[in-house]
Amino acid sequence: MKRARVSFGGLIQDATEVDGKVRLNDGRIVEEKDVVWLPPVEPQTVFTLGLNYADHAAELSFKAPTEPLVFLKGPNTFIGHHGHTVRPSDVMFMHYECELAVVIGKTGKNIKKENAYDYVSGYTIANDYAIRDYLENYYRPNLRVKNRDTCTPIGPWIVDKEAIEDPMNLTLRTYINGEIKQEGTTADMVFGIPKLIEYLSSFMTLNENDLILTGTPKGSVDTKVGDVVITEVEGIGRLVNTIVGEDY
Amino acid sequence: MQTIKLKLRGIEQLLEGQVQDQGTVEIQGIDYQTDTLPFDVPVDGTLYGTLLNYRGAFEKLEPSMREDPYKKPPKAPILYIKPKNTFISHGKAIPLPQDVEALEMGAALGIVIGKTATKISEQDALDYVAGYTVVNDVSIPHESVHRPAIKEKTRDGFCPIGPWITARESIQNPNDLHITVSVNGVVKQENSTKNVIRSVEKLLADVTEFMTLNKGDVLLVGVPENAPQVKENDLVKIEIEGIGAIENRIIPEKDVIGGDLA
Repeated sequence: MKRARVSFGGLIQDATEVDGKVRLNDGRIVEEKDVVWLPPVEPQTVFTLGLNYADHAAELSFKAPTEPLVFLKGPNTFIGHHGHTVRPSDVMFMHYECELAVVIGKTGKNIKKENAYDYVSGYTIANDYAIRDYLENYYRPNLRVKNRDTCTPIGPWIVDKEAIEDPMNLTLRTYINGEIKQEGTTADMVFGIPKLIEYLSSFMTLNENDLILTGTPKGSVDTKVGDVVITEVEGIGRLVNTIVGEDY
Repeated sequence: MQTIKLKLRGIEQLLEGQVQDQGTVEIQGIDYQTDTLPFDVPVDGTLYGTLLNYRGAFEKLEPSMREDPYKKPPKAPILYIKPKNTFISHGKAIPLPQDVEALEMGAALGIVIGKTATKISEQDALDYVAGYTVVNDVSIPHESVHRPAIKEKTRDGFCPIGPWITARESIQNPNDLHITVSVNGVVKQENSTKNVIRSVEKLLADVTEFMTLNKGDVLLVGVPENAPQVKENDLVKIEIEGIGAIENRIIPEKDVIGGDLA
Protein backbone atom coordinates (compact mmCIF):
# COMPACT_ATOMS: atom_id res chain seq x y z
CA MET A 1 0.00 0.00 0.00
CA LYS A 2 1.05 3.58 -0.62
CA ARG A 3 0.20 6.24 1.96
CA ALA A 4 0.35 10.02 1.77
CA ARG A 5 -0.75 13.17 3.56
CA VAL A 6 -2.53 15.68 1.39
CA SER A 7 -4.64 18.78 1.66
CA PHE A 8 -7.88 18.73 -0.29
CA GLY A 9 -10.80 21.09 -0.04
CA GLY A 10 -9.27 22.90 2.92
CA LEU A 11 -8.71 19.78 4.98
CA ILE A 12 -5.53 17.87 5.75
CA GLN A 13 -6.14 14.18 5.19
CA ASP A 14 -4.40 10.84 5.06
CA ALA A 15 -4.65 9.25 1.64
CA THR A 16 -3.85 6.01 -0.13
CA GLU A 17 -3.15 5.24 -3.76
CA VAL A 18 -5.73 3.60 -6.04
CA ASP A 19 -4.82 3.07 -9.72
CA GLY A 20 -2.63 6.17 -9.85
CA LYS A 21 -5.27 8.27 -8.13
CA VAL A 22 -5.60 9.54 -4.59
CA ARG A 23 -8.14 7.98 -2.25
CA LEU A 24 -9.01 10.31 0.61
CA ASN A 25 -9.99 9.24 4.13
CA ASP A 26 -13.65 9.71 3.39
CA GLY A 27 -13.53 7.41 0.34
CA ARG A 28 -13.53 10.04 -2.40
CA ILE A 29 -11.07 9.36 -5.20
CA VAL A 30 -9.40 12.44 -6.71
CA GLU A 31 -6.67 13.19 -9.21
CA GLU A 32 -3.04 13.57 -8.07
CA LYS A 33 -2.94 17.07 -9.53
CA ASP A 34 -5.94 18.22 -7.51
CA VAL A 35 -4.42 17.78 -4.07
CA VAL A 36 -1.71 19.69 -2.24
CA TRP A 37 0.96 17.19 -1.25
CA LEU A 38 2.36 17.37 2.26
CA PRO A 39 5.35 15.48 3.62
CA PRO A 40 3.95 11.93 4.00
CA VAL A 41 4.93 11.81 7.67
CA GLU A 42 5.27 14.60 10.17
CA PRO A 43 8.99 14.22 10.69
CA GLN A 44 10.25 13.49 14.18
CA THR A 45 13.98 12.80 14.46
CA VAL A 46 15.47 12.82 10.98
CA PHE A 47 18.88 11.30 10.37
CA THR A 48 20.73 12.03 7.17
CA LEU A 49 23.79 10.28 5.86
CA GLY A 50 26.72 12.08 4.31
CA LEU A 51 29.15 10.36 1.96
CA ASN A 52 27.25 7.06 2.10
CA TYR A 53 27.98 6.17 -1.52
CA ALA A 54 31.63 5.58 -2.34
CA ASP A 55 31.35 7.15 -5.82
CA HIS A 56 29.76 10.33 -4.40
CA ALA A 57 32.45 10.56 -1.70
CA ALA A 58 35.13 10.30 -4.41
CA GLU A 59 33.35 12.96 -6.47
CA LEU A 60 33.64 15.31 -3.47
CA SER A 61 37.29 14.29 -2.94
CA PHE A 62 36.60 12.39 0.26
CA LYS A 63 37.37 8.85 1.22
CA ALA A 64 34.29 6.90 2.20
CA PRO A 65 33.99 7.09 6.00
CA THR A 66 34.75 4.15 8.29
CA GLU A 67 31.82 5.09 10.57
CA PRO A 68 28.50 6.51 9.31
CA LEU A 69 28.63 10.30 8.89
CA VAL A 70 25.27 11.32 10.34
CA PHE A 71 23.61 14.69 10.73
CA LEU A 72 20.10 15.69 11.80
CA LYS A 73 17.40 17.83 10.19
CA GLY A 74 14.62 19.88 11.72
CA PRO A 75 10.96 19.89 10.57
CA ASN A 76 11.28 23.33 8.95
CA THR A 77 13.21 22.01 5.97
CA PHE A 78 10.61 19.57 4.63
CA ILE A 79 8.12 20.26 1.86
CA GLY A 80 5.85 17.98 -0.10
CA HIS A 81 5.67 16.69 -3.68
CA HIS A 82 5.25 19.47 -6.28
CA GLY A 83 6.64 21.99 -3.79
CA HIS A 84 8.91 24.95 -4.44
CA THR A 85 12.47 25.10 -3.17
CA VAL A 86 14.12 28.49 -2.82
CA ARG A 87 17.50 29.15 -4.36
CA PRO A 88 19.12 32.18 -2.69
CA SER A 89 20.20 34.82 -5.21
CA ASP A 90 23.84 34.92 -4.08
CA VAL A 91 24.79 31.26 -4.55
CA MET A 92 26.83 29.54 -7.26
CA PHE A 93 26.26 25.86 -6.52
CA MET A 94 23.02 24.33 -5.27
CA HIS A 95 22.59 20.65 -6.02
CA TYR A 96 19.93 18.01 -5.47
CA GLU A 97 20.55 14.68 -3.77
CA CYS A 98 18.20 11.83 -4.61
CA GLU A 99 17.87 9.58 -1.56
CA LEU A 100 15.94 6.56 -0.37
CA ALA A 101 14.28 7.53 2.92
CA VAL A 102 13.54 4.82 5.47
CA VAL A 103 10.54 5.30 7.76
CA ILE A 104 10.91 3.76 11.22
CA GLY A 105 7.82 1.87 12.34
CA LYS A 106 8.32 1.27 16.04
CA THR A 107 10.46 2.07 19.04
CA GLY A 108 13.79 0.29 19.27
CA LYS A 109 17.15 0.38 21.01
CA ASN A 110 20.16 -1.89 20.47
CA ILE A 111 18.59 -3.41 17.36
CA LYS A 112 20.68 -6.09 15.67
CA LYS A 113 21.07 -5.79 11.92
CA GLU A 114 19.49 -9.21 11.43
CA ASN A 115 16.23 -7.81 12.90
CA ALA A 116 16.52 -4.29 11.54
CA TYR A 117 13.72 -4.55 8.96
CA ASP A 118 11.25 -5.40 11.75
CA TYR A 119 11.62 -1.75 12.77
CA VAL A 120 10.95 -0.33 9.30
CA SER A 121 7.40 0.58 8.25
CA GLY A 122 8.13 1.79 4.74
CA TYR A 123 10.10 3.90 2.31
CA THR A 124 9.78 7.21 0.59
CA ILE A 125 11.92 9.57 -1.50
CA ALA A 126 13.83 12.59 -0.24
CA ASN A 127 15.66 15.23 -2.20
CA ASP A 128 18.31 16.51 0.19
CA TYR A 129 19.35 19.78 -1.48
CA ALA A 130 22.72 21.24 -0.51
CA ILE A 131 23.98 24.75 -1.08
CA ARG A 132 27.71 24.28 -1.24
CA ASP A 133 28.48 28.01 -1.05
CA TYR A 134 27.49 27.91 2.62
CA LEU A 135 29.66 24.94 3.61
CA GLU A 136 31.83 25.55 6.65
CA ASN A 137 34.08 23.02 8.33
CA TYR A 138 32.35 23.01 11.71
CA TYR A 139 29.86 20.21 12.33
CA ARG A 140 30.04 19.81 8.56
CA PRO A 141 27.68 19.59 6.76
CA ASN A 142 26.38 22.55 8.75
CA LEU A 143 22.68 23.31 9.08
CA ARG A 144 22.92 26.42 6.91
CA VAL A 145 23.76 24.05 4.04
CA LYS A 146 21.39 21.25 4.94
CA ASN A 147 18.50 22.49 7.05
CA ARG A 148 17.20 25.46 5.14
CA ASP A 149 13.48 26.11 4.81
CA THR A 150 12.03 24.31 1.73
CA CYS A 151 15.29 22.48 0.96
CA THR A 152 14.20 18.90 1.65
CA PRO A 153 11.32 17.81 -0.57
CA ILE A 154 9.93 14.45 0.55
CA GLY A 155 7.25 12.07 -0.74
CA PRO A 156 4.94 11.71 -2.53
CA TRP A 157 4.07 8.33 -1.02
CA ILE A 158 5.29 6.08 1.73
CA VAL A 159 5.40 2.63 0.23
CA ASP A 160 4.85 -0.13 2.76
CA LYS A 161 7.89 -2.26 3.54
CA GLU A 162 6.14 -5.40 2.27
CA ALA A 163 5.85 -3.97 -1.23
CA ILE A 164 9.62 -3.62 -1.66
CA GLU A 165 11.40 -6.90 -2.11
CA ASP A 166 14.97 -5.64 -1.69
CA PRO A 167 15.44 -2.00 -0.66
CA MET A 168 19.20 -2.51 -1.07
CA ASN A 169 18.85 -2.98 -4.82
CA LEU A 170 16.82 -0.04 -6.13
CA THR A 171 17.78 2.31 -8.94
CA LEU A 172 17.91 6.03 -8.09
CA ARG A 173 17.58 8.63 -10.83
CA THR A 174 17.40 12.39 -10.96
CA TYR A 175 16.13 14.39 -13.92
CA ILE A 176 16.39 18.13 -14.53
CA ASN A 177 13.80 19.40 -16.99
CA GLY A 178 13.33 15.86 -18.25
CA GLU A 179 17.01 15.12 -18.82
CA ILE A 180 18.61 12.41 -16.72
CA LYS A 181 21.49 13.75 -14.60
CA GLN A 182 22.08 11.19 -11.86
CA GLU A 183 21.78 7.44 -11.81
CA GLY A 184 22.87 4.98 -9.16
CA THR A 185 21.72 2.07 -7.08
CA THR A 186 21.10 1.58 -3.38
CA ALA A 187 23.28 -1.53 -3.72
CA ASP A 188 26.27 0.85 -3.63
CA MET A 189 25.62 2.27 -0.15
CA VAL A 190 28.67 2.15 2.11
CA PHE A 191 26.45 1.42 5.13
CA GLY A 192 23.22 -0.36 4.20
CA ILE A 193 19.87 0.01 5.92
CA PRO A 194 20.32 -2.83 8.46
CA LYS A 195 23.76 -1.56 9.46
CA LEU A 196 22.48 2.03 9.84
CA ILE A 197 19.61 0.95 12.08
CA GLU A 198 21.99 -1.15 14.17
CA TYR A 199 24.48 1.72 14.40
CA LEU A 200 22.00 4.48 15.36
CA SER A 201 20.06 2.35 17.82
CA SER A 202 23.30 1.25 19.51
CA PHE A 203 23.51 4.65 21.21
CA MET A 204 20.00 6.12 21.05
CA THR A 205 16.36 5.08 20.87
CA LEU A 206 14.66 5.14 17.48
CA ASN A 207 10.96 6.00 17.42
CA GLU A 208 7.99 5.64 15.09
CA ASN A 209 8.13 8.05 12.14
CA ASP A 210 11.79 8.83 12.62
CA LEU A 211 13.39 8.96 9.20
CA ILE A 212 16.74 7.87 7.85
CA LEU A 213 17.80 9.58 4.64
CA THR A 214 20.37 7.14 3.37
CA GLY A 215 22.62 9.34 1.22
CA THR A 216 23.06 9.96 -2.49
CA PRO A 217 25.20 8.47 -5.26
CA LYS A 218 27.44 10.32 -7.70
CA GLY A 219 26.07 12.85 -10.14
CA SER A 220 25.02 16.00 -8.29
CA VAL A 221 24.94 19.05 -10.55
CA ASP A 222 23.86 22.64 -10.11
CA THR A 223 20.20 23.62 -10.38
CA LYS A 224 18.87 26.98 -11.54
CA VAL A 225 15.72 28.96 -10.86
CA GLY A 226 12.91 27.49 -12.95
CA ASP A 227 14.38 23.98 -13.12
CA VAL A 228 11.98 21.11 -12.54
CA VAL A 229 13.85 18.46 -10.59
CA ILE A 230 12.50 14.93 -10.41
CA THR A 231 14.05 12.46 -8.01
CA GLU A 232 12.98 8.89 -8.61
CA VAL A 233 13.48 5.67 -6.70
CA GLU A 234 12.56 2.39 -8.37
CA GLY A 235 9.36 0.98 -6.91
CA ILE A 236 8.80 4.01 -4.65
CA GLY A 237 7.86 6.73 -7.11
CA ARG A 238 8.81 10.13 -8.49
CA LEU A 239 9.15 13.26 -6.39
CA VAL A 240 8.72 16.48 -8.36
CA ASN A 241 10.14 19.81 -7.20
CA THR A 242 10.66 23.22 -8.77
CA ILE A 243 13.48 25.64 -8.00
CA VAL A 244 12.32 29.21 -7.42
CA GLY A 245 14.05 32.50 -6.67
CA GLU A 246 13.79 34.37 -3.39
CA ASP A 247 11.12 36.67 -4.79
CA TYR A 248 8.73 33.96 -5.98
CA MET B 1 8.88 38.19 41.10
CA GLN B 2 9.07 35.91 38.12
CA THR B 3 6.26 34.50 35.98
CA ILE B 4 6.77 30.92 34.84
CA LYS B 5 5.14 28.22 32.73
CA LEU B 6 5.61 24.74 34.05
CA LYS B 7 4.62 21.22 33.12
CA LEU B 8 3.89 18.72 35.86
CA ARG B 9 4.06 15.01 35.21
CA GLY B 10 0.69 13.56 34.21
CA ILE B 11 -0.87 16.92 33.35
CA GLU B 12 -0.92 17.71 29.67
CA GLN B 13 -1.42 21.47 29.80
CA LEU B 14 1.22 23.93 30.91
CA LEU B 15 0.43 25.67 34.20
CA GLU B 16 1.28 29.23 35.06
CA GLY B 17 3.05 30.07 38.27
CA GLN B 18 4.87 32.81 40.15
CA VAL B 19 8.26 32.37 41.75
CA GLN B 20 9.11 34.53 44.78
CA ASP B 21 12.40 32.86 45.50
CA GLN B 22 13.80 29.65 43.99
CA GLY B 23 12.39 27.60 46.86
CA THR B 24 8.68 28.41 46.42
CA VAL B 25 6.30 28.42 43.48
CA GLU B 26 2.79 29.83 43.63
CA ILE B 27 0.35 27.99 41.35
CA GLN B 28 -3.32 29.05 41.23
CA GLY B 29 -2.99 30.90 44.51
CA ILE B 30 -1.29 28.13 46.49
CA ASP B 31 2.39 28.04 47.48
CA TYR B 32 4.37 24.87 46.82
CA GLN B 33 7.91 23.93 47.78
CA THR B 34 9.83 23.73 44.49
CA ASP B 35 11.51 20.46 45.44
CA THR B 36 8.16 18.71 45.98
CA LEU B 37 6.80 19.38 42.47
CA PRO B 38 7.01 16.55 39.88
CA PHE B 39 8.40 18.58 36.99
CA ASP B 40 8.09 17.38 33.41
CA VAL B 41 9.92 18.65 30.31
CA PRO B 42 8.31 22.06 29.65
CA VAL B 43 8.92 22.17 25.86
CA ASP B 44 8.06 19.90 22.96
CA GLY B 45 9.52 21.52 19.85
CA THR B 46 12.86 21.07 18.11
CA LEU B 47 15.91 21.99 20.17
CA TYR B 48 18.84 23.59 18.37
CA GLY B 49 22.23 24.14 19.99
CA THR B 50 24.77 26.76 18.93
CA LEU B 51 28.48 25.93 18.78
CA LEU B 52 31.28 28.33 19.75
CA ASN B 53 29.09 31.28 20.75
CA TYR B 54 30.98 32.06 23.95
CA ARG B 55 34.08 34.19 23.33
CA GLY B 56 36.13 31.91 25.58
CA ALA B 57 35.06 28.79 23.68
CA PHE B 58 35.78 30.46 20.36
CA GLU B 59 39.20 31.69 21.49
CA LYS B 60 40.18 28.22 22.67
CA LEU B 61 39.70 26.85 19.16
CA GLU B 62 40.90 29.97 17.35
CA PRO B 63 44.58 28.91 17.03
CA SER B 64 43.52 25.88 14.92
CA MET B 65 40.85 27.63 12.89
CA ARG B 66 43.18 28.34 9.95
CA GLU B 67 44.51 24.79 9.89
CA ASP B 68 43.01 21.52 8.68
CA PRO B 69 40.26 20.50 8.91
CA TYR B 70 38.74 23.90 9.73
CA LYS B 71 40.75 26.05 7.31
CA LYS B 72 39.01 29.30 8.30
CA PRO B 73 36.98 30.71 11.20
CA PRO B 74 33.21 30.15 11.06
CA LYS B 75 31.04 32.90 9.58
CA ALA B 76 27.43 31.83 10.16
CA PRO B 77 26.07 30.35 13.41
CA ILE B 78 27.04 26.67 13.68
CA LEU B 79 24.02 24.73 14.88
CA TYR B 80 23.16 21.21 15.95
CA ILE B 81 19.99 19.39 16.99
CA LYS B 82 19.30 17.62 20.27
CA PRO B 83 16.50 15.20 19.29
CA LYS B 84 13.55 14.30 21.53
CA ASN B 85 15.06 11.09 22.90
CA THR B 86 17.55 13.31 24.74
CA PHE B 87 14.94 15.38 26.62
CA ILE B 88 14.54 14.73 30.36
CA SER B 89 13.16 16.91 33.12
CA HIS B 90 14.63 18.40 36.25
CA GLY B 91 15.39 15.65 38.76
CA LYS B 92 15.72 12.78 36.30
CA ALA B 93 18.87 10.73 35.87
CA ILE B 94 21.41 11.41 33.12
CA PRO B 95 22.44 7.97 31.83
CA LEU B 96 26.19 7.36 31.78
CA PRO B 97 26.96 5.05 28.83
CA GLN B 98 28.76 1.85 29.73
CA ASP B 99 31.96 2.56 27.84
CA VAL B 100 32.23 6.20 29.01
CA GLU B 101 34.07 7.51 32.09
CA ALA B 102 33.04 11.16 32.20
CA LEU B 103 30.40 13.46 30.74
CA GLU B 104 30.60 17.15 29.95
CA MET B 105 27.94 19.45 31.37
CA GLY B 106 27.01 22.20 28.89
CA ALA B 107 25.29 25.01 30.77
CA ALA B 108 23.06 26.75 28.27
CA LEU B 109 20.41 29.44 28.27
CA GLY B 110 17.53 28.11 26.16
CA ILE B 111 15.45 30.63 24.23
CA VAL B 112 11.89 29.30 23.96
CA ILE B 113 10.17 30.49 20.78
CA GLY B 114 6.70 31.98 21.16
CA LYS B 115 5.57 32.32 17.55
CA THR B 116 6.74 31.35 14.08
CA ALA B 117 9.97 33.21 13.32
CA THR B 118 11.24 33.49 9.74
CA LYS B 119 13.84 36.07 8.68
CA ILE B 120 13.21 38.24 11.71
CA SER B 121 15.24 41.37 12.44
CA GLU B 122 17.47 41.88 15.44
CA GLN B 123 15.26 44.79 16.54
CA ASP B 124 12.08 42.70 16.63
CA ALA B 125 13.69 39.43 17.74
CA LEU B 126 12.48 39.43 21.34
CA ASP B 127 8.86 39.72 20.16
CA TYR B 128 9.22 36.10 19.02
CA VAL B 129 10.46 34.84 22.39
CA ALA B 130 8.01 33.24 24.82
CA GLY B 131 10.59 32.87 27.55
CA TYR B 132 13.77 31.20 28.70
CA THR B 133 14.71 27.91 30.26
CA VAL B 134 17.82 26.19 31.60
CA VAL B 135 19.33 23.44 29.47
CA ASN B 136 22.11 21.00 30.25
CA ASP B 137 23.60 20.13 26.88
CA VAL B 138 25.28 16.88 27.91
CA SER B 139 28.13 15.57 25.75
CA ILE B 140 30.65 12.81 25.74
CA PRO B 141 33.88 14.86 25.71
CA HIS B 142 35.24 15.27 22.18
CA GLU B 143 38.00 17.48 20.79
CA SER B 144 37.08 17.80 17.14
CA VAL B 145 34.07 19.81 16.00
CA HIS B 146 34.67 19.05 12.32
CA ARG B 147 31.88 16.49 11.95
CA PRO B 148 28.45 16.56 13.67
CA ALA B 149 28.82 15.13 17.17
CA ILE B 150 25.84 12.79 16.92
CA LYS B 151 27.17 9.89 18.99
CA GLU B 152 28.53 12.34 21.56
CA LYS B 153 25.41 14.50 21.94
CA THR B 154 22.23 12.61 21.03
CA ARG B 155 22.09 9.75 23.50
CA ASP B 156 18.91 9.10 25.46
CA GLY B 157 18.69 11.47 28.43
CA PHE B 158 21.45 13.80 27.24
CA CYS B 159 19.39 16.98 27.49
CA PRO B 160 17.86 17.97 30.83
CA ILE B 161 15.52 20.95 30.33
CA GLY B 162 13.69 23.04 32.90
CA PRO B 163 12.58 23.15 35.54
CA TRP B 164 10.23 25.63 33.86
CA ILE B 165 9.99 28.38 31.27
CA THR B 166 10.47 31.87 32.69
CA ALA B 167 8.38 34.42 30.82
CA ARG B 168 10.26 36.86 28.62
CA GLU B 169 8.74 39.79 30.51
CA SER B 170 10.37 38.61 33.74
CA ILE B 171 13.88 38.91 32.28
CA GLN B 172 15.15 42.43 31.85
CA ASN B 173 18.23 41.56 29.78
CA PRO B 174 18.90 37.98 28.60
CA ASN B 175 22.40 39.06 27.58
CA ASP B 176 23.52 39.64 31.16
CA LEU B 177 22.66 36.56 33.19
CA HIS B 178 25.02 34.82 35.57
CA ILE B 179 25.48 31.05 35.09
CA THR B 180 26.71 28.71 37.82
CA VAL B 181 27.42 25.00 37.53
CA SER B 182 27.88 23.05 40.75
CA VAL B 183 28.78 19.41 41.16
CA ASN B 184 27.91 17.78 44.49
CA GLY B 185 27.38 21.23 45.96
CA VAL B 186 30.77 22.63 44.89
CA VAL B 187 30.85 25.43 42.31
CA LYS B 188 32.79 24.20 39.25
CA GLN B 189 32.04 26.86 36.66
CA GLU B 190 30.80 30.42 36.50
CA ASN B 191 30.16 32.49 33.43
CA SER B 192 27.65 34.97 32.07
CA THR B 193 25.58 35.35 28.94
CA LYS B 194 27.27 38.73 28.51
CA ASN B 195 30.28 36.80 27.16
CA VAL B 196 28.57 35.60 24.01
CA ILE B 197 29.59 36.59 20.49
CA ARG B 198 26.04 36.72 19.08
CA SER B 199 23.51 38.16 21.53
CA VAL B 200 20.09 36.53 21.89
CA GLU B 201 18.65 39.01 19.38
CA LYS B 202 21.50 38.70 16.87
CA LEU B 203 21.48 34.90 17.08
CA LEU B 204 17.72 34.76 16.43
CA ALA B 205 18.10 37.05 13.42
CA ASP B 206 21.04 35.13 11.94
CA VAL B 207 19.45 31.70 12.45
CA THR B 208 15.98 32.60 11.14
CA GLU B 209 17.62 34.08 8.05
CA PHE B 210 17.86 30.49 6.75
CA MET B 211 15.57 28.38 8.92
CA THR B 212 12.21 28.97 10.53
CA LEU B 213 11.88 28.53 14.27
CA ASN B 214 8.42 27.46 15.36
CA LYS B 215 6.45 28.04 18.54
CA GLY B 216 7.83 25.71 21.18
CA ASP B 217 11.24 25.32 19.55
CA VAL B 218 14.28 26.06 21.71
CA LEU B 219 17.49 27.71 20.58
CA LEU B 220 20.48 27.44 22.90
CA VAL B 221 22.63 30.53 23.18
CA GLY B 222 25.78 28.39 23.51
CA VAL B 223 27.87 26.54 26.04
CA PRO B 224 30.66 28.36 27.93
CA GLU B 225 34.26 27.15 27.68
CA ASN B 226 35.68 24.63 30.15
CA ALA B 227 32.45 22.72 30.68
CA PRO B 228 32.77 20.72 33.91
CA GLN B 229 33.17 16.97 33.63
CA VAL B 230 31.25 14.64 35.89
CA LYS B 231 31.37 10.96 36.80
CA GLU B 232 29.02 8.26 38.02
CA ASN B 233 26.75 9.35 40.91
CA ASP B 234 27.68 13.03 40.69
CA LEU B 235 24.84 15.49 41.23
CA VAL B 236 25.02 18.43 38.82
CA LYS B 237 23.14 21.67 39.20
CA ILE B 238 22.99 24.38 36.58
CA GLU B 239 21.59 27.70 37.68
CA ILE B 240 20.89 30.70 35.50
CA GLU B 241 20.18 33.96 37.26
CA GLY B 242 16.50 34.91 37.12
CA ILE B 243 15.53 31.76 35.19
CA GLY B 244 15.93 28.80 37.54
CA ALA B 245 18.07 25.79 38.35
CA ILE B 246 18.03 22.21 37.11
CA GLU B 247 19.58 19.38 39.00
CA ASN B 248 20.27 15.87 37.70
CA ARG B 249 22.33 12.93 38.85
CA ILE B 250 24.66 10.84 36.67
CA ILE B 251 23.59 7.19 36.84
CA PRO B 252 25.00 4.22 34.90
CA GLU B 253 22.91 3.60 31.80
CA LYS B 254 22.12 0.01 32.77
CA ASP B 255 20.39 1.26 35.94
CA VAL B 256 18.02 3.74 34.31
CA ILE B 257 15.05 3.57 31.99
CA GLY B 258 14.39 6.81 30.19
CA GLY B 259 15.77 8.88 33.06
CA ASP B 260 14.11 6.97 35.90
CA LEU B 261 15.85 4.54 38.18
CA ALA B 262 15.07 1.07 36.87
